[in-house]
Amino acid sequence: MGDNSLFCKSGGCTAKLGAGLLGYVLDKIPRPLYDKNLLVGYDSKDDAAVYQVTENLAIVQTLDFFPPMVSDPYLFGQIAAANALSDIYAMGGEVKSALNIVCFPEQEDLNILGEILRGGAEKVTEAGGILSGGHSICDPEIKYGLSVMGTVAADRFYKNNGGRIGDKLILTKKLGVGIVCTADRVGEAAKESVDEAVESMTTLNKYTVEICADYRIHACTDVTGFGFLGHLHEMMAQNLSCRIDSSKILTIRGAFDCAEEFLLTAAGQKNRNHTASFVKFDGIAFAMEEILFDPQTSGGLLVAVDKRDADALLRKLTEAGIPASQVGEILEKQENEILVF
Amino acid sequence: MREKKIVVNAVGDTCPIPVVKTKQAIGQLGGSGTVEVYVDNEIAVQNLSKMAVQKGYRIRSEKQNDQKYVVLLYIGSDAGSDIPTEDALSCSTKVKRDLVVAVSSSVMGEGDAELGRVLMKGFFYALSQQDILPKTILFYNSGAFLTCGEADTVSDLKQLEAEGVEILTCGTCLNHYQLTDQLKVGGVTNMYAIAEKMTGAGFVIKP
Repeated sequence: MGDNSLFCKSGGCTAKLGAGLLGYVLDKIPRPLYDKNLLVGYDSKDDAAVYQVTENLAIVQTLDFFPPMVSDPYLFGQIAAANALSDIYAMGGEVKSALNIVCFPEQEDLNILGEILRGGAEKVTEAGGILSGGHSICDPEIKYGLSVMGTVAADRFYKNNGGRIGDKLILTKKLGVGIVCTADRVGEAAKESVDEAVESMTTLNKYTVEICADYRIHACTDVTGFGFLGHLHEMMAQNLSCRIDSSKILTIRGAFDCAEEFLLTAAGQKNRNHTASFVKFDGIAFAMEEILFDPQTSGGLLVAVDKRDADALLRKLTEAGIPASQVGEILEKQENEILVF
Repeated sequence: MREKKIVVNAVGDTCPIPVVKTKQAIGQLGGSGTVEVYVDNEIAVQNLSKMAVQKGYRIRSEKQNDQKYVVLLYIGSDAGSDIPTEDALSCSTKVKRDLVVAVSSSVMGEGDAELGRVLMKGFFYALSQQDILPKTILFYNSGAFLTCGEADTVSDLKQLEAEGVEILTCGTCLNHYQLTDQLKVGGVTNMYAIAEKMTGAGFVIKP
């Protein structure tokens, strides 16, 4: 594996289709028949679907898979699984079961696949879920992920667009993993940077969401392929605005330097093209702009919490060792949807 | 002395490799000269442009076909000083999306024609004030009147053109309405180009 043979052209959430492109296609799909039990479908661009099955219980369904962004297959398996499981957490749910999704070249060493699946299985177990099957196909490029089912109380799940004016915005992981992994691909990232990025990507958002359960959370999403600003834009849902304090944005060590060296992804630029018109940067360094657009693989949760609960939630998260930071607040609609200062 | 020039072929390379190769070439120039980079997608052009803007290099780019773009970066104090900086693709505040506006009539909407003319004038003013501008505005059939003569839309269209929006009027239509020598803003185009612009657009807006 030393020759980076696992790598494909663009890995992780940098391989995601751009938000603009996706929206264009989704807008053309005929809307399904109304079903009152479908509490969250794709019309709100949320993280996972929520379907009510009994008076009190809803299931949360999601799937996510992508090509490798690190060369170690075991770590790739962990990251892909943590990323897929994260969508359940973004809805405030609990993981119940998961199915493997595998694309693998026929002639490739099966030990590599074994390592990927081992990494993934460990994360499903850590999440408290059970692996219950899967599907694999031959493909020239390795891809792996999970289809995950979780549960949530039908009256208490987190939408991505439920934020209210005055809510504080808390981000629970550092930004910059996309830039660091990209720099690593061309041999320009320091080992400590890559190690910190991998540790961040393999960390489940489970612990964050368990703490959130005790507080008044109005909206939640996980920060992945569309970058911090892209997911924040979806959270603003056309009727809210926000201010983001860039000094509160925590970044993976070395990410800022890599951005200054223009080690930038195509996906980051697509995010900029899609989201920049909603954002006003007030005296922000170019490298920080890039970090805010950087596609994250297995990123943290972005939580809109009642302002009365914000300090207590932040304290609890910090005590639990989660690199959480209060990065901004929600305002009534302004001329600029997102102001970064 | 002839100016030093290095050619970089980054066709088939995914980001950030075009930027990495270009940075190496700039290093080899040792101070001043031109780097000519070939890439196969517009996003790579944009990432090169971001670097150029940050580093203060003059830059010019041209799309040769759907899979080939050439980007020229002028490094050093004198290199490319004849290139106006406005030419640089910058991270402009006015984002141009893959948006095409197609104008098939001199009036907006159906109903009273006078109202329709007022609305159309208002539309182009409002369009010129948007944060997101279209890439191209196409005028055909009686839409051709809007780019010609004393039409009250011409000044807003000139403003849009100055912001980098491509303004094109159908040549056959200009001919038909005998407007050919009265065109005041933008260029003349044909049905092949109109069809190509519309099929290549992410969105087509028809006011």
